[in-house]
Amino acid sequence: MKFFTRKVGVAIALAAVASLGLVACSSSSSTTTASSSTAFPTPKGGELNLYNWTNYIDPAQLKAFTAETGIKVNLDTFDSNETLLAKLQAGATGYDVIVPSDYMVAQMVTLGLLEKVDVAGFPNGKNIDPNFLNVYWDKGRQYTAPYMYGTTGIAVNMKDPVASKITSWKDFFAAAKGTSVDVLKDQTEVVSAALRATGVAAADLCTIDKTKYAAAQKLLDTFKPKVINSDGGIERMVKESSMVRMAWNGSVHRMTVDNKNIKYVFPTEGLNFWADNLAIAKGAKNLDNAKIFINWMLNPKQGAVATNFTGYANAVLGSGPFMDPAIKADPAINTTPENAKLATPTPNCPTAARDLYTEVFTSWTSSQ
Amino acid sequence: MTLDLSLPTAHDDSEAPGKTSKWLAVAPMAFLSMTVAIPLIIIFVYSFLARPELGAGVVWKFDPTHYVKIFIQDRLDGTRSFDTRYLKVIWNSFYYSGITTVATLVLAIPIAMWIATRDPRRRVLLVFLVTLPFWTSILIRTYAITQLLDEKGVLGKIVSFLGYKGHFQILYTPTATVLGLIYTFLPFMILPIYASAERFDFRYAEAGYDLGARKMTVLFRIVLPQISPGIMAGVALVFIPGLGSFLQPDMLGGGKTNMIANVVANNYGQARNWPFGSALSVLLCVITLVATLLLSVAARKRKAKRV
Repeated sequence: MKFFTRKVGVAIALAAVASLGLVACSSSSSTTTASSSTAFPTPKGGELNLYNWTNYIDPAQLKAFTAETGIKVNLDTFDSNETLLAKLQAGATGYDVIVPSDYMVAQMVTLGLLEKVDVAGFPNGKNIDPNFLNVYWDKGRQYTAPYMYGTTGIAVNMKDPVASKITSWKDFFAAAKGTSVDVLKDQTEVVSAALRATGVAAADLCTIDKTKYAAAQKLLDTFKPKVINSDGGIERMVKESSMVRMAWNGSVHRMTVDNKNIKYVFPTEGLNFWADNLAIAKGAKNLDNAKIFINWMLNPKQGAVATNFTGYANAVLGSGPFMDPAIKADPAINTTPENAKLATPTPNCPTAARDLYTEVFTSWTSSQ
Repeated sequence: MTLDLSLPTAHDDSEAPGKTSKWLAVAPMAFLSMTVAIPLIIIFVYSFLARPELGAGVVWKFDPTHYVKIFIQDRLDGTRSFDTRYLKVIWNSFYYSGITTVATLVLAIPIAMWIATRDPRRRVLLVFLVTLPFWTSILIRTYAITQLLDEKGVLGKIVSFLGYKGHFQILYTPTATVLGLIYTFLPFMILPIYASAERFDFRYAEAGYDLGARKMTVLFRIVLPQISPGIMAGVALVFIPGLGSFLQPDMLGGGKTNMIANVVANNYGQARNWPFGSALSVLLCVITLVATLLLSVAARKRKAKRV
C-alpha cells in the first residue's frame, strides 16, 4: 500500500509535470490547436463563385481545380478595385473569392467586407513568401493570400554608357543629364523614388517631415526627363529612342523579348511593389470551398501556373521549378530572394503625406 | 397615355407654319440637363466640400479653402507665397489653344473657300473627306502622329536621309503638342466656315472686282464679313474645347507641357483630391464663360457697326 501510494504519488507528480508542460506547450501554440479544433475543410463538391480581374487566371487552371476537387467554378470579372468595392458595398452577395489589390484590402478590412479566416494557418499557408506575410494591408495574413505582384524598378539599355552604370534611384535621376530618360507619369512612384534616393527609409515613405520632401524636390528640380508618360514606354525602349525608363517589371519582361540589350535594375535604395490578393467576401455562401480554393492556389505548382499565364511574379515559395523557362530565366519576374527584400509595398499614405507628394509632384511637372 | 392624333388647333404652338410643338424639346432638354447641367452642379458642389482622411471622394462638410489653395502655396520650407503654378498651367492652356485657333483659322479659310467653289457634287465628296478622320478614335490617330514625329519614325528618317546630322527632336516638345492640336481641331474650323462660304453669293465678289477692288480688298471687305458667322462658330468650336485638351500634351508633349486638364486628372487620380480638382474645373469654367461672353460681345459690336 505504501509502495502503491508512493507509485501513485510519483505518477501524479509526473502527470502534473507533463500536463504543465502540455499547458505551456498549448499556450505557446494556441493558434495551431485552435485551427486544428476546426479542421480544414475537405472538398464535398458544390460551387465556387470567383470574382477576378479580366484575363487574370488561366481557364485551364480552373478546370484542373474542378477535376481535382469536384468543385465547379463560376468566374465573373471586374476592371478596377473601385468597381469591386462598389459591387460589394451595394450588397452584391454571391461572390465567394475576390481579388483586391493591396490598398483596397486595407479599405475592405476597415469596412468589414472580408471574412477573417487565418490564411497563414491554412495547410499551404507555410508556402507564403515571408516577405509577403506581414504586409500593411493584412498583418500576418489573417484575411488574404498573395496572388500576383509586380515591382516598379528601372529598365536600362546596356548599350548606353550612362544607362548601363545605373544601380540606384540616385543614378536614375542623375542619368537624365547624360542620356534619354523616360519616367512614369505617376505621382506616388516619382516622389517615393526621389525620397528613397535622398535617403528616406522604406518604412518612412509616408513621413510628414517637410524637410525630407524639400530634399526630394531639390533632387527633382535637376531632373529633366525626355518623356513623362505611363503609356508607350515599351515601344520607346525597344526602338531605343529612350535608353532608361522607370518601369513595371512585367513591361520590362516584354521589352527584353524584343530587345536583348535591355535589363531590369532593382535600385539599391529599394523599390515599390503592388500586390493582388485572394480574399473571401463577407458572408460568402461557399465559405469552405473558398478556403479550399485559396489553399489550392498556394500550392507551389499552382503559383507557377498563375505566373506562366499572367506574366507576373507570385509569392508562393517553391514555385520556381514549375515556371516557364523564359519567365524563370528573367530576373525581372522570377525575383531573387535578395532582390525581393528590396521590394516594399507602394506607400498608401494618409491625406497629410499625400498632399506633400502632390506638392512636390506639381512643382516638378510645372517646372519642366 | 394616349397618343394625340388630332390636327393642330388654334391654341397649339405648332399652328405657325414650320413651327413644331414645344413638347418635342422635352426629351433633348432632359438629356442635356442629365449630361451637362447635373455633372456641372456636382463639380460645383464638390469644390466646396472636404476630403476624407484616407482614399478618394468627398466628405459632406463645407470647406471653401480649395479656391484659396489655387493661389496660395504652402511651401515645404514652411513659408507661404503667391502660387503661380496653376495660373501658369491655365495660361499654357490659353496659349496653346489660342495658337491652335489662329493656325486652324488660317488653314481653314482657304480650304473652306476652295471646297465651296467646287461644283456641288464634288463638294459632297470633299466635305466627306474632311470628316474622314472622325472614323477612327482620336487616341489611335494621336498615337499614329507619335509614330510620324518620332526621331526614329517617318519624319526622322526623311530628315536624316536629306542629310541632317544633328539631333532631331519634335516629338515630346510643345511644338508636337501644338501640331497635334491643330490636326485634331482643323475639321471643327473647316466645317462651319464651309457652311457659311457655301451660302456666299460669289456674284458679290465679282461685283467687287468689276468696281475695281483688288483681291485683298475683296477678301477683307466682302468675303470675310459674309462668312464671319462661320468663323465665329469655328473659333468657338476650336478655342473652347482646345482649353480642355488632355491627350495631346500627354502623348505628344511627353507629359511635360501641362494643360489644365492634365492637372485636374492628376487631382482626381493619384492625388485623390477631388475637391481641389473640382475647384480647378470650376475656375476654368468661369474663365471660359467670361472669354465666350467677351467673344460674343465683340461679335455683336462688329455686327452693329456694319449695320
